[in-house]
Amino acid sequence: MNLDDFLVSAADSAHRKGPNDRIVMSSRVRLARNIKDGAFPGWAKKPERVRVLEVIRPAVESLPEMKGAFSETMDNLSALDKQILVERHLVSREHAAKSAGSGLVINTDETLSVMINEEDHLRIQALRPGLQIRQAWQAIDRLDSELERKLTYAFSNELGYLTACPTNLGTGIRVSAMLHLPGLVLGEQINPIIQSVNKLGLAVRGLYGEGTEALGNVFQVSNQMTLGEAETSIVERLEKVLAQIIEHEENARASLLEKKPKMIYNHIGRAYGILANSHSISSKETMNLLSLLRLGVEVGLFPKTDGSLVDELFILTQPAHLQKNHSEKLSAEERDLLRADMLRERLKPVSRPVAKPGGSAAPGMDKSDKS
Amino acid sequence: MLCCICKEKNATVHLTQIQGEKMQKVDLCEECAKTKGVNDQTGFSLADLLLGLGASQELEQSVGGADAKCVQCGFTHTDFKKSGRLGCSECYVTFAEGLGGLLKSMHKGTKHVGKVPESLRTKRDMTEQLTALQKKLNKAIASENFEAAAQLRDEIKQVNVQFTAAVV
Repeated sequence: MNLDDFLVSAADSAHRKGPNDRIVMSSRVRLARNIKDGAFPGWAKKPERVRVLEVIRPAVESLPEMKGAFSETMDNLSALDKQILVERHLVSREHAAKSAGSGLVINTDETLSVMINEEDHLRIQALRPGLQIRQAWQAIDRLDSELERKLTYAFSNELGYLTACPTNLGTGIRVSAMLHLPGLVLGEQINPIIQSVNKLGLAVRGLYGEGTEALGNVFQVSNQMTLGEAETSIVERLEKVLAQIIEHEENARASLLEKKPKMIYNHIGRAYGILANSHSISSKETMNLLSLLRLGVEVGLFPKTDGSLVDELFILTQPAHLQKNHSEKLSAEERDLLRADMLRERLKPVSRPVAKPGGSAAPGMDKSDKS
Repeated sequence: MLCCICKEKNATVHLTQIQGEKMQKVDLCEECAKTKGVNDQTGFSLADLLLGLGASQELEQSVGGADAKCVQCGFTHTDFKKSGRLGCSECYVTFAEGLGGLLKSMHKGTKHVGKVPESLRTKRDMTEQLTALQKKLNKAIASENFEAAAQLRDEIKQVNVQFTAAVV
């Protein structure tokens, strides 16, 4: 199956709405599972990985949720396809580097993806737009229960689900939310927030997970401990912390607009100026400026613009998505030119930010139309 | 950016160390990094990096040195030190002793709480039920409460019948 035909367009992807998506871009729950027989993927030799893949892949494909799914082995995917999948958060960077002996199954609405022979035999993930970690957990719990009827998991009464890395042992669960926090960054409150979240045993990471930078003011918050705490309790704990971060972000935005409106308008106006007029722009700069544009839409500086345009551009301006529309291999410099061309074109219908936000679009007041 | 040791070459290796509230950054050129042993695979343990400093020593001491080997998959302690990952599910038995301390420092507890595969759930529940009943029975006998003891004995018999049925 062709990946391009399967994935929804960036525009449709950006139109997915969820509760609190002003701040929570997406919610995700992943489970690490291994089958009882066979070494973990990192230690197994290639023939054994292939054998395990041939056991697991049909079992996953046969699940009712996976009807019409995209299913492929990693050696059959081009480097470009793999990168597209990373940019859509459907596979991890680690999995994108895999080849023969690893596989991938994604359901039709792209809310469930199963990586086979990543670090563990199975990495199952559920993705939802906005703040929906509980719903994501319920969906993945169901999928996992169906799968355990077809496969025999490596499980110990004492240690729970056995995983390649001891850090995932027990529940094998990682619950995470991707947060857009420009208010806390501009208000210089982000570091104390990260520190206090860390103290609660939760990790704060960049856009693409472990070891990545926080581009575009996007942060991932997730649990770290997996042994000795039940899944539902982890989900609840994270929900509480996320509710607090959301509140802090809303407060930070409101207080900046009240106390330093010129600083905010200046940032947003300059971001618009560069995005709509540049002729060469890197993906990093683009993300950082699009973050400000997103903030601008949310605080009412672009009354006629829909926020999903910004989210669509977040996806489309990333390297693999840019490359996809061109047959010849682009250099980084060429991509920067094309990225700028696309941004100028797509931002043409967006008029300059208004000098002051309109009364109806005051910050924090337009929640109703998003849920 | 210049290497902070030789201050001549361009720094290409960047290390960040966070200890408590303090963060320290070191930028080294390739050569200085090599002489300092940063690139040395054996001197620089990934297990330590992933699981916290001292993790690999702790494991080494308790499983009888670097030669401990998993009978199932042939994975050794040295392999763990290199990768920070285990070889197969049996490794958790092989290296059980050394992992105890590690898990304690890493997680909230050392015993699994939460989801259990359905096929194992009945078996586990019954085993736990039997242990609890047996304890009660011993207590009843010790305190010469024979009426309760007889009742408990019957209960245990019943659970045992169910247990055999469930396992087969």
